[in-house]
Amino acid sequence: MIELLTSILAITLRAGTSLIYATVGEIYTERSGILNLGLEGMMLMGAVTAFAVAYHTGSLVLALVVALLVGAAMATIHAFLTVTMRANQVVSGLSLTLFGSGLASFLGQRLGPGGQQLMGLIGPKFTQLEIPVLSRIPVLGALFDQDILTYLVYALVPLAWFYLYKTRPGLNLRAVGENPQTADAMGINVTRVRYLYTICGGMLVSLGGAHLSLAYTPGWAENITGGRGWIVIALVIFAMWNPARAVLGAVLFGGINAVQFRLQAAGTTISAAFLNMLPYLATIVVLIVMTWWEALSRRIGAPAALGKGYMREEK
Amino acid sequence: MRIVFEKRQTISNTAVVLVPVVSFIISLFLGGLILLASGVNPFATYAAMARGAFGSWQAFTETLVKAIPLMLTGLGVSIAFRMQFWNIGAEGQLTLGGVAAAWVALFWSGFLPDWALLPVALLVGMAAGALLAGVPAALKAYLKVDETLTTLMLNYVAILFSQSLYYGAWRDPQGYGFPGTALFPTAAWLPRIAGRAHLGLIFALIAAALLWFILKYTRWGFELRIIGENKTASRYLGINIGRNIVLALLLSGALSGLAGACEVTGIARRLQQGLSIGYGYTAIIVAWMAQLNPWAVIFVALLMAALLVGGDQVQMMMGLPAAMSLVLQGLLLFPMLAGALFTEYRLRIVRPTPQLQEARQ
Amino acid sequence: MRDITKQFPGVLANDHVSLELYPGEVLALLGENGAGKSTLMNILVGLYRPDEGEIVVRGRKVEIHSPRDAAALGIGMVHQNFMLVETMTVAENIILGMSDLPFKPDMEAVNARIRELSARYNLEVDPTAYIWQLSVGEQQRVEILKLIYRGAEILILDEPTAVLTPQEAEELRRVIRLMTAEGKAAIFITHKMEEVMAFSQRVIVLARGRVVAEKRTAETSPQELAQLMVGREVLFRLEKRACQPGAVVLDVRDLTAENDKGLPALRGITLQIHAGEILGIAGVAGNGQRELAEAITGLRKVTGGTVHIGPHDVTNQPPLRAIQAGVSHIPEDRMGMGAVGNMAVADNLAMKGYRQSPLGAGGVLRHQRILEFARRMIETFRIATPSPQTRVKFLSGGNLQKTILAREITACGGLLVAVHPTRGLDVGATEAVRKLLLEQRDQGAAVLLISEDLEELLAISDRIAVMFEGQIMGIVPAEQATVEALGLMMAGVRS
Repeated sequence: MIELLTSILAITLRAGTSLIYATVGEIYTERSGILNLGLEGMMLMGAVTAFAVAYHTGSLVLALVVALLVGAAMATIHAFLTVTMRANQVVSGLSLTLFGSGLASFLGQRLGPGGQQLMGLIGPKFTQLEIPVLSRIPVLGALFDQDILTYLVYALVPLAWFYLYKTRPGLNLRAVGENPQTADAMGINVTRVRYLYTICGGMLVSLGGAHLSLAYTPGWAENITGGRGWIVIALVIFAMWNPARAVLGAVLFGGINAVQFRLQAAGTTISAAFLNMLPYLATIVVLIVMTWWEALSRRIGAPAALGKGYMREEK
Repeated sequence: MRIVFEKRQTISNTAVVLVPVVSFIISLFLGGLILLASGVNPFATYAAMARGAFGSWQAFTETLVKAIPLMLTGLGVSIAFRMQFWNIGAEGQLTLGGVAAAWVALFWSGFLPDWALLPVALLVGMAAGALLAGVPAALKAYLKVDETLTTLMLNYVAILFSQSLYYGAWRDPQGYGFPGTALFPTAAWLPRIAGRAHLGLIFALIAAALLWFILKYTRWGFELRIIGENKTASRYLGINIGRNIVLALLLSGALSGLAGACEVTGIARRLQQGLSIGYGYTAIIVAWMAQLNPWAVIFVALLMAALLVGGDQVQMMMGLPAAMSLVLQGLLLFPMLAGALFTEYRLRIVRPTPQLQEARQ
Repeated sequence: MRDITKQFPGVLANDHVSLELYPGEVLALLGENGAGKSTLMNILVGLYRPDEGEIVVRGRKVEIHSPRDAAALGIGMVHQNFMLVETMTVAENIILGMSDLPFKPDMEAVNARIRELSARYNLEVDPTAYIWQLSVGEQQRVEILKLIYRGAEILILDEPTAVLTPQEAEELRRVIRLMTAEGKAAIFITHKMEEVMAFSQRVIVLARGRVVAEKRTAETSPQELAQLMVGREVLFRLEKRACQPGAVVLDVRDLTAENDKGLPALRGITLQIHAGEILGIAGVAGNGQRELAEAITGLRKVTGGTVHIGPHDVTNQPPLRAIQAGVSHIPEDRMGMGAVGNMAVADNLAMKGYRQSPLGAGGVLRHQRILEFARRMIETFRIATPSPQTRVKFLSGGNLQKTILAREITACGGLLVAVHPTRGLDVGATEAVRKLLLEQRDQGAAVLLISEDLEELLAISDRIAVMFEGQIMGIVPAEQATVEALGLMMAGVRS
């Protein structure tokens, strides 16, 4: 029994890591008032570029750096379109997903050795680092037997929370997302804030993708993200735009993943199709519940200016 | 001296037409850069693509084959987008339409006379698509649940459902190991009119005419436009928003469902992998580039299909990855999105005036 | 400020405007809506940039590129629409955007300083409260504290008494006195003569983007100022026929409803309006007037009580029922609710009548008829528009309101609900609107007029009801009403 719980916790954390990176990233983006629906494309690009770099150079660190840069580049496109060119944020994000997915497939077929494909290759990956003594604790020991990226998440979440709620730049960020006119009048550069956090958020999202190809299901495969980018959007809502709560949702979905594996491995009578559909159906349920809850309590809400463009000198 | 964006006094009509055209050219240019980076000559590639799409009768009909589902799903998506309802579930609605039509084709031949089999299959396909779109619509209209994710999640559900059927319960026992259902009875075959291009083309043109008429001439279309432009005002005017959203989305889903039903009865004549190559997602690009205008959708769908078919040809000839056309497609909207600004705003360069310069001296 | 000029597309907002401000004084900037007052002040505070002209502060020429620059110079503004972030606390709002804050602000110290300042200037506020919990008057205090906390020496207030009761306005006057006594200076933007007389030492009158007069307040009068503002004799009372009330058209009993935040907005409203009479609703904004209009027109659910329009019970029915029962609604939010900006004038005019012939019979729209109808309306109501196909968002405020009025009045079936119908309009448009309302009343319609302009209510209503905190404090016939009595009721003292 303890074995089972421990292994479920372990898989949950491993599965949840990429989700947490992406969720925290998108929380920051949305807190500035920008909705980025391009996550699926960005995670795929992060995954493919990270693996390609790791495979060809053998350096995992370099792979992560490249993933961050790729995420930043893609987020910059979105920021430019939505902030400077005041384009429709939904369509811009969707375009980013379509472009990112297409480009990731393209690169996946070309970035292998000699211009061949990357699929099926085995490259360097992040392995589990056991922390002595702590990892022996029953059940909770799983927390201390993870790879570096997961350990980094343990630091990322509280830092992200602290930055958002307790510091001056965090205050400015929250103001921009709630009421850009006020933020502008108070001397905050709305444009700069939106660019900054959209790009930083994008970097974290891409990192989440890199975790998939470098640690979780090492290697590259078409559609390695399986819709995670979309699920993250729901997780942001579930977290009520609070980085600390992002963990809950990621763990929830990581948990579903884990349960899926276990059940399939154990060969249950529940149809495989239904099990596969579980994360997607669960997302819909989460959304319905959160919407209903928000209607009741009236106070959780999204950043008030989310999804709307802002330009001064509108007369 | 500064550059400012200034709101225009009236909508510039030249900009409305010019922006999509210029964006298309810019995306060709950007795509050309990627081709160069891959070690291929962009001009040769584009020329080969054009030939591959239009160069012969056979090429043209193949382009039509891909254009038809894009037209139907594009029209469906455009109706939803007009209401500011982000229906990204066209892929799932198309798939479920195909599944439903397959269901009729394979299992209803017992109770239906031959002449009815095909029409009923198409109608049931439409109904299935409508249903899949109707659920998120109702969730949005009555429970205020955001539609972007609900429509999208249902895509995965529909596709997985379809897979489970043609891999499992509906699998053709004589399929020689290829996953897929048995061939449909010929009564359920959608007639082809040019090469492999089927009757769906006529349906698409009728649908475009219908949508155009509804939007321009009917009360319902008027109400839909008002809801899309200003929800608060539409409520104030007494328009029933919830009901209209659901109705419009039923129509939207039905069109995508029809696309799926036509594909399954007109092309493969069985339910199998490859029913859709992402038509539902491409439809978003089509609808947006067409600026939600029904007739423009037809034209843009044809253009997009040319990109896909031409891209396939070129892939084989020049050894480019199959994902090439996906990348080009993906590039199309970026200049379009950036350019949309120019229909509403004008670029103005503010120079210090002579008087001010004098005062400074 | 010297020779400030600012051009917007189609409008010359400021035309070589010059003004001077001395320490310790209150300067009133008077003008009609659209005269250029807000634009001028927005330039001073860094939100807009002038096309021409220069600004000199304490003898030095300066360029103000952003609100930060203005704050550094000690200039701050309290806008008409408060610049506050609802989901943050008072303290967080006050320190927002300050550049010399440490990375991790010491909120304890901030709170202490806020309490100190609020005691000194009589601006009671709890630093740890969230903005959404505060009343409008309290929010204004936060806005003023914001300026003081940042060391503002020049305070600009934009229509500050619009949201205050007469008594609260008096308190504000005392607060300003405290500040000017210390050497700070204040600029008051207003279009109300009484405010000018009560608050300022000097007044500058703007009209159509130009300075038309500069006077010492003590040496002028409301009548003179009004004339300067408009350029012609202004009628303070309109011709009104005697009221001949007919049957009861609107019957509201014990109506209770909540506002958007779930707090009670209407707490037992009972009133009737007869055909051929205008009932004015007075009261400071935020006391339930909006919710009352919405409840009557079907836009808001009620939690108790009934609304009858003629014989029809429209309580909690969707807006369509109210429309069918004969209600026309001229909403407060013109562009956001009353019109569809991206659609043509002709289309907007047809938005009530499209369900029936001649405009739309059998589900099909008749564009020819719609165009004819539009042309007639444009002429009758004198709507200035380049063409019936022009999108409504390009119309000026006055013409937009005329469009809405044209549509609503033509479709009116007995009850006209007008909410702040002349807000933001110039004198010409205001007069036209008031005349139209009186016309409707003379033709037998019942009119519910919600307005924050006591002068307007006194001029055209037959009876006036005062709302305070969701209840009716009293209903008086207009001839017997006085500003003092109404003011008391608006502040919660029952008559």
